[in-house]
Amino acid sequence: MSSRDAILQALRQNRPPASPLPEPPAFPAPDVDLAAHFRRVIHEIGGEAVDVDADAVAATLARAYPGLTHVASTVPGYGNGPGPLQAVRDPHDLAGLELLVCRGRLGVAENGAVWLPESELIHRAAPFLTQHLAVLLEKERIVWNMHEAYARLRIEEEGFGVLVSGPSKTADIEQALVLGAHGPRSLMVLLLA
Amino acid sequence: MNVGLFVPCYIDQFYPGVAVATLRLLEGLGCRVAYPTDQTCCGQPLANAGFEGESRGAMQLFVRNFEGCDYVVAPSASCVLHVRAHYGTLEQTAAVRHVRERTFELCQFLTDVLQVGRLAAAFPHRVGLHESCHGLRGLRLGQASEIHGPDFSKVRRLLRLVEGIELVALDRPDECCGFGGTFAVGEEAVSVKMGRDRLQDHLAHGAEVITGTDMSCLMHLDGLIRRRKLPLRVLHVAEILSGGAP
Amino acid sequence: MIEPFLALPVVDHPAAAARFNADEARTDWHDRSIWHAREKRDLAARAVPEWEALREAASQIKVHTLSRLDEYLAAFEAKAAANGIHVHWAKDAGEHNRIVGDLLDRHGARRIVKSKSMLTEECRLNPYLEARGIEVVDTDLGERIVQLRGEPPSHLVAPAIHVKKEEIGALFHERLGTLEGATDPQYLTEAARQDLRARFLAADAALTGVNFAVAETGGFVVVTNEGNADLGVHLAPLHIACMGLEKIIPKAEHLGVFLRLLARSATGQALSVYTSHFHRPRAGQQMHLVLVDNGRSTHLGRADFRSALKCIRCGACLNTCPVYRRSGGHSYGSTIPGPIGAILTPGLGLEKYRSLPFASTLCGSCSDVCPVKIDIPRQLYAWRQIIARQGHQTAGKRWAVRMAGTVLAQPALYRLLGRLLRWALRTLPRRLIYHRRNVWGRHREVPEAPRQSFHAWYTRHRTKR
Repeated sequence: MSSRDAILQALRQNRPPASPLPEPPAFPAPDVDLAAHFRRVIHEIGGEAVDVDADAVAATLARAYPGLTHVASTVPGYGNGPGPLQAVRDPHDLAGLELLVCRGRLGVAENGAVWLPESELIHRAAPFLTQHLAVLLEKERIVWNMHEAYARLRIEEEGFGVLVSGPSKTADIEQALVLGAHGPRSLMVLLLA
Repeated sequence: MNVGLFVPCYIDQFYPGVAVATLRLLEGLGCRVAYPTDQTCCGQPLANAGFEGESRGAMQLFVRNFEGCDYVVAPSASCVLHVRAHYGTLEQTAAVRHVRERTFELCQFLTDVLQVGRLAAAFPHRVGLHESCHGLRGLRLGQASEIHGPDFSKVRRLLRLVEGIELVALDRPDECCGFGGTFAVGEEAVSVKMGRDRLQDHLAHGAEVITGTDMSCLMHLDGLIRRRKLPLRVLHVAEILSGGAP
Repeated sequence: MIEPFLALPVVDHPAAAARFNADEARTDWHDRSIWHAREKRDLAARAVPEWEALREAASQIKVHTLSRLDEYLAAFEAKAAANGIHVHWAKDAGEHNRIVGDLLDRHGARRIVKSKSMLTEECRLNPYLEARGIEVVDTDLGERIVQLRGEPPSHLVAPAIHVKKEEIGALFHERLGTLEGATDPQYLTEAARQDLRARFLAADAALTGVNFAVAETGGFVVVTNEGNADLGVHLAPLHIACMGLEKIIPKAEHLGVFLRLLARSATGQALSVYTSHFHRPRAGQQMHLVLVDNGRSTHLGRADFRSALKCIRCGACLNTCPVYRRSGGHSYGSTIPGPIGAILTPGLGLEKYRSLPFASTLCGSCSDVCPVKIDIPRQLYAWRQIIARQGHQTAGKRWAVRMAGTVLAQPALYRLLGRLLRWALRTLPRRLIYHRRNVWGRHREVPEAPRQSFHAWYTRHRTKR
């Protein structure tokens, strides 16, 4: 018998008594300004979130990241647009990336997470290799909690998607918080009206 | 109401004053208290060590002693929890079920059954409450710090009825003292360390007296206090609530 | 969960804990440092009004899932395969290691990067692969620290929580060339970042664990704060994910429940920094997933103990455990330490791990803090009964217990012996009471023995003859 069949048979033999699957809990949003809450949480977790007019994005980015030369964008109209990234074949070539600008599909107010599916990244490795990450997010895409987030997302739609909440961090040395463990040292979310 | 008094073995032998205080407190509140004289132990020390089977005789004796009482009250949360939670291994006769449902820890009984709102007791001292784990998390005499819910404490509420008492706040209000029955000797190093750390918390907040629902925890703490000659003493909560404590 | 070195000696938790406590200042440091994690968890949990309802929902979802584990795994396998993920089944640690080793060989992979996975610790994958000539680099900072120290993790979430920054500074000075005497966590982390960045870029394959696998979508979720899992898998041409059978959940919507609980319980974060959802390999990449039994299907059949399989490895029970904080993760001698380890591990070898269920005061804090409401104290108590029944206690202890049982069932005998004991304590010289074998008395006074018991008092004052 294959290991697969042996395992499944053992699981069937040792099945606990049936127990119903509970209805998914719904915990509706309290009466708060979602964008304001989202902004506050991002700050608490070591990121930055700013309100930006659509036509001021480029200027905001230029002010926030002066002097960076290795900048990539997956958003048409910002930086050089997605063209250069699309031309990259091997993600190893992105090792020197200093800033990635991309769009977020959804924000979660309770924990400051943004959903970045593969199609917004072009390369899955890009938001992890880059030294800094800037995400454009329309305010209306912010939901209250994770239940609402998963009600909206179809996680299997794309091969990869990641919820990012804050810059990469670690507290593995005496629980001292250090930003920039392996991934981006900073995260900025630009909130668009 | 006919109340049976259960006096745990180690209280019977080493802390008779705690049992006397419990008896007087209950009588003072109008209960008719019977003390079945052929009692020994609930069986917990054996069962927690893994020998539930060997404790069967003690459990059966407990049931025989108390099956005729409306309520069984004990000055020990740990023993009460054992009767309620672990007498399930006995055959569930009417007597066993009755005893399991009707056995109460003293403060639980004063709060839930007698609904005591006043006490004739004074104790003008700074007191640290040691929440015994079996009282707090076993019998839910109060809200454990892990649980997200309304704060309450049956023991604290009763102590606040005592005139002049000052309850001190602790850094870790419900951390275990490290007694744990046979744990106290089986895991001696950790047990002693846990006890010392609890004492340090009480001392740091200026407690003169440590009280609690369980003399077993207090026996362990008192052993450490006396060995190190610390400026602390222990009193069972019954001794304070009964008004008899010096 | 079959540990491959059953020949090793019996784990003696009390002895290991006593060694740990020999350095009281360090024990205090360890206790305070881990208690801090518990405090962060409390703040995070209290910020969620529906916390207790979430715990209950999570518990029920897990109980349900365990009651149909075979169905959900089969459904997951079909979906995952359709997604282009290669699914493998391993009965035990040995088969798991062989599958991983063979996959690496087939791809000619010699250098691999690995993110945190308690399962691969359980299977002792690293030494196995190293013996096959493969270089394995653990990339989670804490895990990298313990790897360089040549020891196992001491905590589920913070593998190097037992190591002081001075020790890490010295280790990094020797191994990574950091400045001698440097202990600043920021500086040391940066050094590890630079060193590991090069290894990520050079890796032939990346291994990860799995936090959740979703039956309805055929994908899996990996959670990290550092981004190390993602850096590994998105660069390497081969991704191998290793997963215990119990990590499956029915639906994507259940991720909402578990993820709200996981990081808050573990570190006090509302969510870990990276929650990565994998459903298909990227172009040119292969994605393999190894489903590992290793004793789990057997454990499922233990009615008293199966609920331990609900565990999501948040580590909250370790952080809250007063014994764990004062004995350290290594004192448990098992892959999973702390309260959850003390109920999972005895199933792997009762003889070897018989001291673990006794490494607890049954204080119950673990169960109140557990995000999936595992009744740990009840299981510890139940393991104790089995250990005693199977004779894993010393003959002396068994005899003493049997005597005590007899005495406690006979009131007259109990009273007589009680009187004798009190008389002895009052009369005997101190050196006879506090002799070497009186473990209680090494650091504690025994209670003062009164002349009369309560029974005697009652008989004199209340019984009218």
